[in-house]
This record gives sequence, structure tokens and C-alpha cells, in this order.
Amino acid sequence: MRFRIFRYDPDKDEKPAMRDYEVALDPHDRMLLDALVRIKEQDDSLSLRRSCREGVCGSDAMNINGKNGLACVTKLSGLKEPVELRPLPGLPVIRDLIVDMTQFFKQYHSVKPYLINEDPPPEKERLQSPKEREELDGLYECILCACCSTSCPSFWWNPDKFVGPAGLLQAYRFIADSRDQATAERLDDLEDPYRLFRCHSIMNCVDACPKNLNPTRAIGKIKELMVKRSV
Amino acid sequence: MNRIIVGAHYGLKDWLAQRVTALVMIAYIVIFLVVWPRPMSYPGWKALFAQGWMRFATFLLVASVLIHAWVGMRNFWMDYVHHTGMRLALEIATILWLVGCAGWAMQILWRI
Repeated sequence: MRFRIFRYDPDKDEKPAMRDYEVALDPHDRMLLDALVRIKEQDDSLSLRRSCREGVCGSDAMNINGKNGLACVTKLSGLKEPVELRPLPGLPVIRDLIVDMTQFFKQYHSVKPYLINEDPPPEKERLQSPKEREELDGLYECILCACCSTSCPSFWWNPDKFVGPAGLLQAYRFIADSRDQATAERLDDLEDPYRLFRCHSIMNCVDACPKNLNPTRAIGKIKELMVKRSV
Repeated sequence: MNRIIVGAHYGLKDWLAQRVTALVMIAYIVIFLVVWPRPMSYPGWKALFAQGWMRFATFLLVASVLIHAWVGMRNFWMDYVHHTGMRLALEIATILWLVGCAGWAMQILWRI
């Protein structure tokens, strides 16, 4: 199978270049990550992040034939050759397919992605009804792989000011949580032309999400709540 | 100082206004397709715009286009122009241009 992979080592290379690879695959190699491991056997200078190899850790997010996805859950059989692999767009490249995610995590941290509840903690746990728990479905599954935010043009243009789809999905995850008491503060923080309203609902995030989540819907719900509290 | 500043706490009204004005524009287009003079003629056109409700509807349309375009253009400058002074200048130019256009449209409308 043929591959074209983005290669860049800032210590050695003046500028990035695409390098061609041809690998013989084993019948057991089904996912793109399997092929990348084969390529690494051939050329161990190729750098990429990977860990769980089953779509849970979110380490091996990359741009695969022009679309962001996780190498470990992308089937080789569905890919057009040569398979073009690039680092996630919009973030600084550290080396080859590895990007600097600092900006992405800064935005994630800025939404206070944790439960805020001033009541004294109960002996066992803060309970939720099954219905309240259901509200979190489609939100809590996010693995922070950054496929969505780095496919969002608004995040490319203003990564320092726009929270981005991943961060906003997490913001809504805590707004929707019946145990959280900081809804008003969270909405205050997000009611901002840059932090929330850079989203123009083009839904690239929905298209890219390897976990089939819908950040655009979560952003819509945040806007809905803002309307609800102001009219 | 090179601190990243956010927290202007506006945007909801503009976002909502953009949606509402879009609905106004759609409604106007639908109404216009129903009432426009067939076959097209100057007297028919003139008679249509001589009616009070048509002037009122057209005024709403012009106001909606003005607001809709302002929010859209400001979004555009915010997305792509990162120099604050430049962005402010472009936003002011946009307002002046849009208000000018709206004034001109009103003048045309009221003259018929």
C-alpha cells in the first residue's frame, strides 16, 4: 500500500516535505495505525503519537486524505491511495505528525471542565435521576483528540480567543449536568463575540468527530440557554 | 503588553438579530413573488410601491438587510483581520457604508 507522509524535523529540515512510502501489509493489518507501525519498522525516524490503539486515548489524531481522524479506528480498506497523512491543521508542528496541543488544552481549561458544586459533599455520591444522567449522553464521550477544533476555520483564525468545538462541547457538558451549580457563571463567561460567537455553525466539527459527537448541537444548546435567560 | 483579551460579553443579541432579520428577508421575498406585477410594467411597479403596506414592508427589508449585513461583516472582520486598529477602521467604514446605502434606499423608496 502506498503512503505520502508529511515529514518535518525542525532541527534538521529547512522546510516540511511529503515523503513517499510503500509497505507490504500483513492480512491482520486492518487499521491505518497498523500500517503506520509497519512504516515505522521501515523508517524509525517517523514520529507520531499513539497509545491505546482503539479510539479511546485520542493520541493518534491526524489529517488523513484531507480529513481529520484517528489512525487507530480508520480502516485501511476505505482509504484512497496514496494515503496522504499530515499533522492536524492549524496547530504548530513539533515534528512529523506530532503537533503542539498547548493552545487546544488552554481553551479546554478555560471553560472550567469540572463540576462546580458548593454544597457539602454527601457521604456517598451526588445522585442523578436516570433522565438527568441521559442529558450527558453525547457529551461525556469526548476524548479530546482535537480532530474537531483543528478542522474548524474559526479555531484556525482565532485559536487564542475562540474556545473551539471541543471546549464548547465540554462547557455544555457541565452546563447540562444537574449536579453543577455554576450555570450562570458559565454562560456569562461564554457570552462573548470571540469565545462562543466565532462559531458560524458550518459543522466541520461534526463531520470530523471520530466518536460521532455533535459539538454544533451543544453550541446551539448553549445559545438557546442564553436566549432563554435573556428574553 | 501582549495579553489576550476576551470577555466583551455581547454577541447574543447580534446573533439573534441575524436570524430574525433572515426570516424577515425570506418573508419579504415570498410576499414579493406573490404580489409583483405581471406582466412587469412601470405603472404596475409604481402602483405596487405606492401602497402603504408595501413601503412599510420594504422599509423593514432595508432595515433587516442593514442589520444582517452589519453582523455578518463584523464577523468577517473579526475572523480575518487581527490588527485591532485596522479592524476598528474597517468596522467604522462598514457602518458608514451600510447607513449610507440604507439612506439611499429610503430616498428611492419615498420618491416613488
